[in-house]
Amino acid sequence: MTALLLAQAAADSVVDRFVAAVTNGLSLGAIYALLALGFVIIFKATRVISFAHGAIAALGAYLVSYFATVLNFPGNALGGPIWLQWTVSALFAVLATAVVGLVIERVAIRPMIGEPIFSIAMVTIGLDIVIRTITNDFISTNPRPLGDPFGTSLWEAGPISMAYTEVAAIVVTVVLVLGIAWFFRTRIGIAMRATAFDQEAAMAQGISVGRIFAIAWAIGAGLAAVAGIFSSVFPRASQGVDQQSAFFAFRAFPAIILGGLDSIPGAVVGGFAIGLAESFAAKYLTWSGFGIGFSGIVPYLVMMIVLLVRPYGLFGTEEIRRV
Amino acid sequence: MRGRPNLYVSYESEQSLLPTWTQRIALIAFLFLLFLIPLQGGIEIGAHVYRPLSFLGDNAWLKILSQVAIFGIGALGLNILTGLAGQVSLGHAFFMGIGAYTAAVLGGEVGKAQIGLGLPIWIWLPAAGVVAALVGMLVAPTAVRVRGLYLAIVTLGLVFVGEHIFRNAISITGGSQGVRKFPVLDVRIWKEEQPLLSFTSDGPMWAPVNWLDWLLGPWINFPDEISEEAKTYFILFLLLILFVVLAKNLQRTRIGRAFMALRDRDVAAEVMGVPDAKTKFEAFAVSSFYAGVSGALLVAFVGLATPEQFNLALSVQFVVIVLIGGAGTVSGTLMGSAFVFVFPRLVQDFSVWLTHAVESGGAIASLADVVVSTSANDPGLVSTLDGVSPGLNVSQLNLVIYGLLIIGFLIFEPLGLYGIWLRIKNYWKGWPFTY
Repeated sequence: MTALLLAQAAADSVVDRFVAAVTNGLSLGAIYALLALGFVIIFKATRVISFAHGAIAALGAYLVSYFATVLNFPGNALGGPIWLQWTVSALFAVLATAVVGLVIERVAIRPMIGEPIFSIAMVTIGLDIVIRTITNDFISTNPRPLGDPFGTSLWEAGPISMAYTEVAAIVVTVVLVLGIAWFFRTRIGIAMRATAFDQEAAMAQGISVGRIFAIAWAIGAGLAAVAGIFSSVFPRASQGVDQQSAFFAFRAFPAIILGGLDSIPGAVVGGFAIGLAESFAAKYLTWSGFGIGFSGIVPYLVMMIVLLVRPYGLFGTEEIRRV
Repeated sequence: MRGRPNLYVSYESEQSLLPTWTQRIALIAFLFLLFLIPLQGGIEIGAHVYRPLSFLGDNAWLKILSQVAIFGIGALGLNILTGLAGQVSLGHAFFMGIGAYTAAVLGGEVGKAQIGLGLPIWIWLPAAGVVAALVGMLVAPTAVRVRGLYLAIVTLGLVFVGEHIFRNAISITGGSQGVRKFPVLDVRIWKEEQPLLSFTSDGPMWAPVNWLDWLLGPWINFPDEISEEAKTYFILFLLLILFVVLAKNLQRTRIGRAFMALRDRDVAAEVMGVPDAKTKFEAFAVSSFYAGVSGALLVAFVGLATPEQFNLALSVQFVVIVLIGGAGTVSGTLMGSAFVFVFPRLVQDFSVWLTHAVESGGAIASLADVVVSTSANDPGLVSTLDGVSPGLNVSQLNLVIYGLLIIGFLIFEPLGLYGIWLRIKNYWKGWPFTY
């Protein structure tokens, strides 16, 4: 009898552990996918790899905290239930971040058109330092809570137990991915695909390449802000957005590289794959020889191994070179 | 061919490091200046005591200049990899860490739970470079397979993986507390008690003889004792000069030309018979050697290191030094290193001066008050009160300026400080004719 109960408990814990790894991995992967999506849209349209993405995400999260908890603007002007007020304020902050993206593109990226790719990447490193420092000055020493209506409440269904914020992250990601897929079928989206394919040819067709660049940066920054929200709430960060939040996005680099720098489906697949890999490593690779915090570097290890096998990622465009 | 600096009559003269006498004299004058900086005691020539650059002879300044030398060595390495061979690497901090901890194991004393052999400098310094170079050779095949930005991000991953390994290899690194003994900058033959040359204590340069006095005593009266900082400065600059000569010479060899061919067009280079894999292998090895030596010198100089120090920001700092200086040029890299370390100090001095200006209420007080924020309700860009007022504090201001400089240089002067220098040179070459 005891043996049976023990076996039952063991089976339960095995299932629980697996389910926890999967759910945690999916919600983490959703954040990575959002970050990767922003990276890829910017890269596809402008051929710029943005190292400033993490700083923009942290700035977005800070703006959400500022608009939704300090000012409560424009939510309170609208009235309605608390969660609606919060959502409206958060959306406003995301829009504000998108405007920051526009400004960045106009001020720092536009003058660099035609320069070597690596120079532009270095410009974004400079942007990262500037934005991160100024955001951190605003954040100051204590973490800033985002004041999201979900709090720490859990959604439970059978063996699944997830925070509502995690469910929200997955849902929002799916919606945004579908939205982006739809966007690429609109007039502007097609123009963006043309620009990604060949800037000069797109220009010859009457597409304003500059405007496409601006739109890409605005979308990228907006997506970064959304990812910033989900990476700064329970259970990813217990206290809110703090001085370290800007570094979170570096963990999304393996996701974009895994999927291939210029592939939207790649970004989504890569994001979820890296999220799951990290989550499973945290649950199962617990041998002490790996060291403390091993799951944090699993994404980079996966990325390196995949790149050695497929140098342009899983879905990236191969560059053909022969001697 | 006197007076015709652009006329070369042989290949050798064109390839020589210092083709004209102007350059030779300028270099000697510059080296003499570097040599004079730490002698803040002043030089007695006749009845006068000269104190050249006495402000730079300040011990705090000497520390900054020593950092310039250490990071200059590391940046020369990255310049070889990125500037010459065109392989973008964000993994320089990792190789630096390898060098640092190799030096710590070989040169440091035994700690509570840390390995340390306490060997002399002539073992740990080259070994740090060699071990880093070996690790670099292991990484090099990745660069053959993965190109461009993909390579940048793979090397970025390397930094994170390296940091993790350093943090967990407690018996080597001492873990996040950094509790381990690092090597000391002194020269011993073996593990004897009294070092032959010590760079970490005040006193005469070389215990038995004050060799400066011995050498130049009849003409110049040198101080009998010089400070620890001045000695460190001397040894680091000697090493820097050694590595500069090596880097300069590497550029002129077959290997150096192969690097540049690979950078300019890898396919064309291969067509001309420059082997892709082998050349990248060499580039990574040389670059990592420099990084390893630089890391070893850094931990010996600071005497303290945590695994978190060898992070992405350090790699970025090296890339910034190379880019601000001017990629592909040795003198540019040195200018970049000097700029990156001297500039923050100037900004700091300037902010302190501004704050004083506000307090003392002089002629520029009202102007300075707009920029400086001195209390919680005083808006302003800079604040010397940390955490109280809304302005950026000095280190934050420095970071912002650092970031803006990166952006500004890349947009307005892609050739970096070297480009500015070239423009100044060309202007005066044609002066007073503007074309």
